[in-house]
This record gives sequence, structure tokens and C-alpha cells, in this order.
Amino acid sequence: MAGLELLSDQGFRIDGRRPNELRKIQCRLGVFKQSDGSAYIEQGNTKVLAAVYGPHEVRGSRSKMLHDKVLVNCQYSMATFSTGERKKRPRGDRKSTEMTMHLKQTFDAVILTSLYPRSQIDIYVEVLQSDGGNYCASVNAATLALIDAGIPLKDYVCACSAGFVNDTSIVDISYLEESGGGPELIVATLPKSEQIVFLEMNSRLHEDNLSKVLDVASKGCKDIYEILDRAVREHVSKVSHSLATTD
Amino acid sequence: MLTSKVFVKKTKKGGVLKVVREHYLRDDITCGSQHCTKCDHNKNHTTYDDQDDGDDLKNQPLVLSPKSDSELCPEPHYIIPDTNVVLHQIDILEDESLQNFIIPQIVVDEVKHRSLPANKRLKDILSNCSKHFYTFCNEYNNETYIERQAGESSNDRNDRAIRKTAKWYTEHLAEYQDDIKIILLTDDKDNRTKAIEEGIKAFTVHDYIKSLKNGGNLVDRLAWKSSAGSQQEGKYIYPEHLPTSEVLKGVKSGKYLQGSFMASRENYLEASVNVTDSENFVLIQGHQNLNRAVHNDIVAIEMLPKEEWSCPSSLVLEDTVSAETDDVLEDDLKLKNKVPEHLRQPTGRVIGIIKRNWRQYCGILRPSLLKKGTKHIFIPAERRIPRIRIETRQAEDLANQRIIVAIDSWPRSSRYPQGHFVRKLGTIGDKAAENEVLLLEHDVPHQVFSEKVLSFLPKMPWSITEEDMKRRTDLRHIVVCSVDPPGCTDIDDALHCRKLDNGNYEVGVHIADVSHFIRPGTALDDEAANRGTTVYLTDKRIDMVPELLSSNLCSLRCDVERLAFTVIWEIKEDATIVNTKFMKSVINSKASLMYSEAQARIDDKTMNDELTISLRGLNRLAKLLKKGRIEAGALCLASTEVRFQVDSETADPIDVKTKQLLETNSMVEEFMLLANISVAKKILEEFPNCALLRRHPSPPPSNFEPVIKAASSKGFTLDCSSNKKLAESLDIAVFEENQFFNTMLRIMTTRCMMQAVYFCSGMLPESEFGHYGLAADIYTHFTSPIRRYSDIIAHRLLAVCIGADASYPNLLEKKKTQTLCNNLNYRHKMAQYAGRASVNLHTHLFFKSRVQDEDGYVLFVRKNALQVLIPKYGLEGTIYLNNDKKSKVQFIYNEEQDTQTAGNVVFHVFDHVVVQLSIDRSNVQHLKLSIQIVQPEVMIIVCISI
Repeated sequence: MAGLELLSDQGFRIDGRRPNELRKIQCRLGVFKQSDGSAYIEQGNTKVLAAVYGPHEVRGSRSKMLHDKVLVNCQYSMATFSTGERKKRPRGDRKSTEMTMHLKQTFDAVILTSLYPRSQIDIYVEVLQSDGGNYCASVNAATLALIDAGIPLKDYVCACSAGFVNDTSIVDISYLEESGGGPELIVATLPKSEQIVFLEMNSRLHEDNLSKVLDVASKGCKDIYEILDRAVREHVSKVSHSLATTD
Repeated sequence: MLTSKVFVKKTKKGGVLKVVREHYLRDDITCGSQHCTKCDHNKNHTTYDDQDDGDDLKNQPLVLSPKSDSELCPEPHYIIPDTNVVLHQIDILEDESLQNFIIPQIVVDEVKHRSLPANKRLKDILSNCSKHFYTFCNEYNNETYIERQAGESSNDRNDRAIRKTAKWYTEHLAEYQDDIKIILLTDDKDNRTKAIEEGIKAFTVHDYIKSLKNGGNLVDRLAWKSSAGSQQEGKYIYPEHLPTSEVLKGVKSGKYLQGSFMASRENYLEASVNVTDSENFVLIQGHQNLNRAVHNDIVAIEMLPKEEWSCPSSLVLEDTVSAETDDVLEDDLKLKNKVPEHLRQPTGRVIGIIKRNWRQYCGILRPSLLKKGTKHIFIPAERRIPRIRIETRQAEDLANQRIIVAIDSWPRSSRYPQGHFVRKLGTIGDKAAENEVLLLEHDVPHQVFSEKVLSFLPKMPWSITEEDMKRRTDLRHIVVCSVDPPGCTDIDDALHCRKLDNGNYEVGVHIADVSHFIRPGTALDDEAANRGTTVYLTDKRIDMVPELLSSNLCSLRCDVERLAFTVIWEIKEDATIVNTKFMKSVINSKASLMYSEAQARIDDKTMNDELTISLRGLNRLAKLLKKGRIEAGALCLASTEVRFQVDSETADPIDVKTKQLLETNSMVEEFMLLANISVAKKILEEFPNCALLRRHPSPPPSNFEPVIKAASSKGFTLDCSSNKKLAESLDIAVFEENQFFNTMLRIMTTRCMMQAVYFCSGMLPESEFGHYGLAADIYTHFTSPIRRYSDIIAHRLLAVCIGADASYPNLLEKKKTQTLCNNLNYRHKMAQYAGRASVNLHTHLFFKSRVQDEDGYVLFVRKNALQVLIPKYGLEGTIYLNNDKKSKVQFIYNEEQDTQTAGNVVFHVFDHVVVQLSIDRSNVQHLKLSIQIVQPEVMIIVCISI
């Protein structure tokens, strides 16, 4: 993009981060009482709520029911006030549908689906404010919500994006950096086994650089894992503490 | 710590959008001083930048005890300049005596928004370790970040941010022994008082530089203060420029047009504006209408009403007004004559400047009447640039020097722009200085290659390794030879030809494999890409790649093994191509011949060795190929190229020869064309989106008008509807009495042509790929990678096609390739101009001690001048007529027939004349080559400058 220097000579990005720094992450588990599990995450200015229901019996048409594993049902939606210009449709447009599908694929792979045949798990994700990395924040929030709901997972799933500017990989790119037209790599991993659950790339990137960018993105996932894990442990200790006192 | 920037922005659709951005404030931004022990200096760069060379200098460029020459501040100090200081005084900042500056990030950002050239120069300074400049990221530091206050303009906010930075530094460094002071340089009075109130030392640039003990020559180089720009109220010469907002609004609504301003080379009161997004040129005439625009500026113009439209006058005008008094009106009057309606062209006037594209200009000082005065007029070497007023105290020193000057401003009240002295190049007439001028004026990068660039060269002694052999075809047994002009050391092509068993010929073109040595992404590659081409001056060659490569490892000399990129065709007896193969190879050339040697071998019937037979085969096929090409409509154009025979001791030219053309010249050329076309086809097939090709657009019919007119005056008609028709009609235009007529016609036709340009195939529709001059559908440059960067790219593309090399990101990106092409086109054009200028320079030197009569021909007849071509020297000169009002001989110009008449002598186009050439010494500063007409006899003495 003309004029916009995404990475300055001094090695700072437009918002003052260095290339390998994530945005500030804040998260909470158990934000709703009605759902079985819920979580809220802020990655910089991207704010996402996730709620999980289930496992419960399959609702709606029984034909969707699977005999050997649980049906993972996802819904991704963006609040009408989440972007600069008010959105007309919060869900159901092409982008949201695609995102829903991606989320479903991701969690199908991580949830131990064979434990709950003939039942259903719902994951609802709502983007309250969008500033780049919507998929990543959604995955991270949904992971926390699933943990909060006590649904058995293979591992945490952490997602992180990365871009490539002036021969340097930049991690966790913001909306401004996304819209520059440069390459964007989105990856969701299982941090312990270092397996990739999901990988998406936009725009063109020469294959020589792919491994560099992928490394940076996976490193970002691990960093996010540390933060999520700390939040989960804190939450669990708080809950167990309150349980102990109420007993 | 986290804060967020919130601002409101207008969207493209016209709505208002609130934009929220995060802004992280950090505590790990260091001060960059070697004095400081508080900051963790190592953290700064190592986190992402794993280069560990000279870390200390990089992270802490500000030295421990900066030396101070200033009387204003005798203590050691660091300097913080504000944005305007950096923008206007960048010349001074580049001086090596000024060191230890802290440039706040906000200043870098502002400079970037306001001026790209200044930004580039600032970046260069910042990356130069020996300057000890440091960029302090004040906007990301939580101690120096400030919020814009209510009612505060963004400029005020930025000034405050700079003051805050200065304040922070003052306090940060105050704790140490023999403390270092911080000085804020700003020309803004308000800013200065506020700074002093806050306890920061602040001075104007002028005060500070004047206080330097050895700052004598720096003072001259200070840019004029805008306030001091001799604002004599009342007398304005030029109309006001409209404010930018109004200009942009006008351009958008179509009221004004935007375009780049091209001053005329021949008449300083004329210019044309190349309007953006259209092919039209708009004429601008007269001081008032030109309104202080300088060549290459981006300007906004307003069209004049049709009644005031004019046409380019055929006057050749040099700005000769000598006195300071500005008799502008008189000049304008010279142009004021009614123009017949059918000749009128769209004419406009400049109403505003959108972007100045000022650079530094070479030239000389005009001798001033007041020897001790400080105000002088500078005359640029480039004729399209106006004179510049400068102030200097060393005028006597500079009187016979070539100097460089930069423009600062052009106030309404001043006839000439105001500028300042930058540096001197050397004595006028000294060849080194003149060459330097030539290279600078044509923007030819000619510094010696840096250490970093040289570090990517292969280590000597170099030899071909097993590894290389494995991936290459061994062609060492084939009898290959190269044919080049005499004295050529960078041989990039070699040929072979042999008869196959099936009666066909196998012809191979072997090109130096430069891309083997220059790997993408290295400093060597960047440098070559920037240089773009090797520049040939008459006595000097400015290499694109270091000499080790250009004259040794890549040069296909005889009897050594060299790496090559080979194209091999199987060609039938009648020169039709059966198949084409490309390969990386190893060759061993058997002979490096000159054109004349090769010609002698072909002609000598007694020689029947393998090499000679191969040459004859090549020659025979080349003739057939050429015939085919000419039938397709290729043009045979002419230009005058000369070669100087140079004295080996003094390197002064002793004789001039026009370049001779032999059969072998065209033989080599033919196969190079064939190779280029074959490669172009191959790379386009494989990379339809990012192949680097060369095209030559067909010129618009209006371009041909002058030639058609000139030819018809001798009774010939030129058909310019297609290249084939043009070539045919040129062939029959032969005039018995004047042998040179046809050549001159071809020279004139050459000038009607468009420039051939490099482009990236993904950027244009396929219908525009053609090459008009060569009558080829597709063309590229492949055969001279030692001296052209375009060829290196073609090599890399072809190497990927045949699987001999890997691709890399930038090669496959069409935008990057197009940017590269634009640079190559620019460098190429400049290299040509520089070459011509060098020939002119040598002609000058040649006539230093000579007076000679030569044959010449009239090329153009102008209103007040004749342009004469002297074929022997390839020289074109202007003879001004009627310069001297008192002279007995007065010429009368006849516009209809294009003639000049004086008494019984009439000059037509193409007329033969005999002229006397000598150097006019009346002006020691500026030697001119003077041309006098000897025959037919008219007594006129006139001067031209070249």
C-alpha cells in the first residue's frame, strides 16, 4: 500500500509492536451462567464471546444425527456494531458461512467426538468488535468455552495469524496490516503435539518464505497457549476454591 | 501500557468513519547514547535482527563525548532538529562534520509525508554509521508520548512532541558526570520560546551553524530562510499559486488539469505539460503562464480560451538577460505575435504546483559585476533549468569551478528561484570534473562498488567445480568464437555453427552466465538492479557489475573455460528454424575476433579451417535471416556514431572516425536478435504474467510530419502507414546530387520514433507487445547480461523455465518487475544521453586547438536559426541568424517553404554547406564551439553551445 509503512526502519509496526509481539490478550472463562460453557477474549481490539451448549440430544431434524460420533454445530456471527461501518447482516453472508465451516472443521478435529455418539455440541461465537484476526480470536475463545463446559479435547487449539512485510514475518496482524494486501497466513495448532489443525493462506507468498512465516505463526500459537493455559488454571483454582468454601 | 488512537476519517463513498487503532507505548526504547547505562541497549535490535556486526554502533550511535565547535554551546551536546530543519537543510545535515543528531520518529514521519526525496536522503544519513545519527521512537515511548490536546493543531502537537523528546533527553542524560547538553534546532520562533521556557536550549539553524568555528563553508550551504527571502512588498513578477486544497478540488472537478511539466530545451519561455491520463501535451508560453514551474514538477494547469491558443514558436531562445532588472515584459513581447488558426495548439497556464521535483543541479557561477558581493547567479548545465540565485562568500574561488546547487524556493517577487551552494566538483574544462558533471546530470550511479557489494563476488582463484559441471552441458569441444568491436573487454556473446549429418545447420549463441554469479537478493544484485546498465562514455566505462565479473569471470574470452547460457537452433539451409534448445553450458572459446578480423577471415578464400567455415556458415544464414526480417518490415535507420582516436598519453582526442559497419556486424546482430526473440517466446509461454519483455510502440502518425514535409520539399513522398511501407519508401528516396540525402532522411526518421521500453508482460494487453523497429511480435533482451540488468532477469526466468535454477519471490511478482522495468527504462535513457553528452564533450576538447572547415548539411530550418549536421563528427549545431541587429546581412524566413533567404543565398533543408568549426574563446568561463558558414558565402558569425 502506498504510503503506509507497515514496518519502520527501527523495527516497529504501526501500532508500536515489534514483529514478533502479539497484541495484548485478556480472557475470562465462565462469563454466562445459562450456557454450559462460555468465554470472552480480547486480542487487542478484537473482542469475541463464545458459548458452548452440550453435549445434548440432537435438535431439529434427526437425520443429521451421527451414529459413531458427536455432531459439532457451530455458528459464527459478527455483531452489527463490530466494524467501522455498521454491518447489515450479522450472519448468513458468505464470509460468515465460510467461517462457520472452518470453525466446525477445526473443532471436529480436536473434540474427542467418539465419546458422545448420537448427540450434539453447539458452539456459538459472536464477534463483538473486529480488528483483524477474527478467526484466531474465535478459535481461542471457543477453546476456552469448551474447556469451561468440560468437554474432552485432545489439546487446546490455539490459532494465530502472521503476515510478511519487507522480508520480515509479523505475527498476529491487525486489521490495518491485513488490509495492506500482503500475504496472510492463518494457522490453528495443537501446541503440545505441534500438529496443525487448520491452515489458510490469503494472497501470494513465495514458497521459500512459507516456512519462515509458518514458524512465526506457530510460535504465536504457543505464546497464546501459555496465556490461555494460565487463564484456565486461574479460573479452575478460583472455581475449586469457591466450591470448597461453599461446601 | 496501552492507549488507543481514535480518529475520524472520510470514506471513499463519502460517509464518515470512525477509526480506532491501538497504540502500544513501550518502556524498552533506548536513548541510543553510549553515555547511558540505564537503558538496556542490547535488547533494542537483537530480538528480531540477528545480524551482530557492529551492534554497539547500531544501537548506540551517539558517541560518548561529542566534540563541540559551537560558540553558542561549548559543552558537548547532541542535537535534535525539528521537521522543517530536516526538510530544508538536508544538504547541511549530509555534511560529515555534523554528527550526533537525534531524529525523533515524529520528524521522520513528517518528512516522509512532506517530501519523498528528503525522506530518502534522511534515510541514507540515518543508515550511515559514521554520521552517528539516531532515530528515537518518541511516539512509542511511554515517557515521551503525548496526546493531542483539545483545540491543538496537529503541527503544534508534533512540535510539542519534539520538545517533549528534547526535555526527556535533557533529564535522561543529566544524571551523568560531565553531562551532555541537548540542543533543539528550530526556525519556528514560537517553538523556540516555548522550548526555552521549558528549560531546553534552542537555537535557529542559522545561529547555530554560524557559531561553529569551522562552519565557514557550511554557512554558504544553508538554505534561504523563507522569511528572509527578500520580500520586497509590492513588486510581484509572477501570479500567485492557488492553495493546494483549491488545486486538488479543481483537478477533481476537471476545471484544472494535472500533469508533469517539461521545459523546452530550445526556448526558455516555452514548455509543455504532459497531462496525466491522456496523450495530450499542453503548451505553456511566457513567464506569467509558466509561473515558476521548473522542469519535471507536477503542476496544475488551466486551459486558456481558444482565441489565446498559440503554437510552439520556432525561435531558439536562450535566457540572456544579463542585468538584475527583470525585463520580463520584453521577453514576453518577443513571443506575442498572432498565430494563424490552423497552427494553434491547446495552450494553458500554470496555476499551482502539486509537487516540486527539484534535485541538485550542476553548473557554473555567472561572473558577477561586484567581485566581493555575496549574491550571485548560477547557470545550470541543463538548459531546461532556470538560473538560480545563490548567496556565497567564496565567489572568487568558485569562479572557474563546476559546482552543485540546490533550489530552496521561488518567491513571487524574484525572477529566478533561490538556492544554495552544495559542493564543488572541479575546475571547468578539466576532464575529470566535466565527466563528473555529465554523470551527475544524467543521474548515473558511478561510485566505486561498496565493500558489501564486493563481498558477494566469488573468491579468486576461481574455477569451474564438479558441481557446476554436473548441471551443465559440456560444450568445450565445440569451436566457438566471439566477434566484438576493438578494445572490448566485456565479451558477453559467442557463436558457433556446424553442419549436421541431415544437411541442416546447428547454430549456437552462447551468452555469459552472469546470473550464476549474481544471486537474487544480495547487495551485488541490488546494486546492479539500481545501476541498470553499463554506461559507456568516450573515454570511460561505468560498469554495472564489478570489474572482476565484467572483464574476467563472465567475459567469454578465448582459451579459457567459461560458464554460459546457450541457445541452440537447428536451422535449415533456407534459414527456417527446425527446433530451439536452451541450456546452461560450459564453453571454451577458440578465438576472440574483432569485426574486421572476422570479416577478413570470411573474405580470405585461402583460409579453410573449422573456425572460418563456421563463420561463413553464420554469415550466409545471417543474410537470409536479415532478408526475411526486412521483408517483414524491419526498419533500417541511421544515426551518426563516432569514435575518437585518443592520444595514449594525455587521453585527449586526436582524431575522429565515424563507426564503420561491416557485414560481420550485422551477422552478430542477426543472431542476437534471433536469440532474443526465441527467449522472449519461451519465457512468455512459461510466465505469461511476469516475463520481462521489450516493446517498441509504433509512433503516432503526427510524429512523422516533419520528415514528410522535409522529404516532400525534394519531391519524395514517405508512406508512414506501416513499418514495411515506411522502409520501402525510405529505400527509394535516393537523390543523385546529394549522396547524404538518404542517410539524413533516415536520421530524421529515427527522431520520429518512440522509445523502446522494457515492460512486464502481465501489465499490458498482448496486442501491445510488438516491436515496431524490428518488426517482431515479441522481443526481450537476453544477450548482454554483463552490461544490462534486464538480460539478467531474462536469464533467471529462462533458467526457471528449463529447471536449471529456482525462482524467488520478487521474480514472480509482476508489480515488482514493472517497478524494475521503470527504473531500467530510466537508466537506459539516461545512459544514452550521457553517452551523447560525452561525445559532445570530446568534440569540444578536440577543437580546443583546431580550426577546421567541414562539410555540413542543413537539418532543420528554424525561424531564427539553422540546425546543421556535420556528419564527420556526428555533430549537430545551431547557427543563429539575425543575432546582430546591425549586421548587413539580414535573413528572411519563409514559413511556407521552410527557407531562410539573405540576398541571393537561400537555405533549404538538406542543403549542403561548408562550415568552419572553432572554439569561441570570448568567454573563458564557458567555451563554446562556434560554427561559421563558409560556403555559400554569407558573412555571419554565430555561436552555438553544446
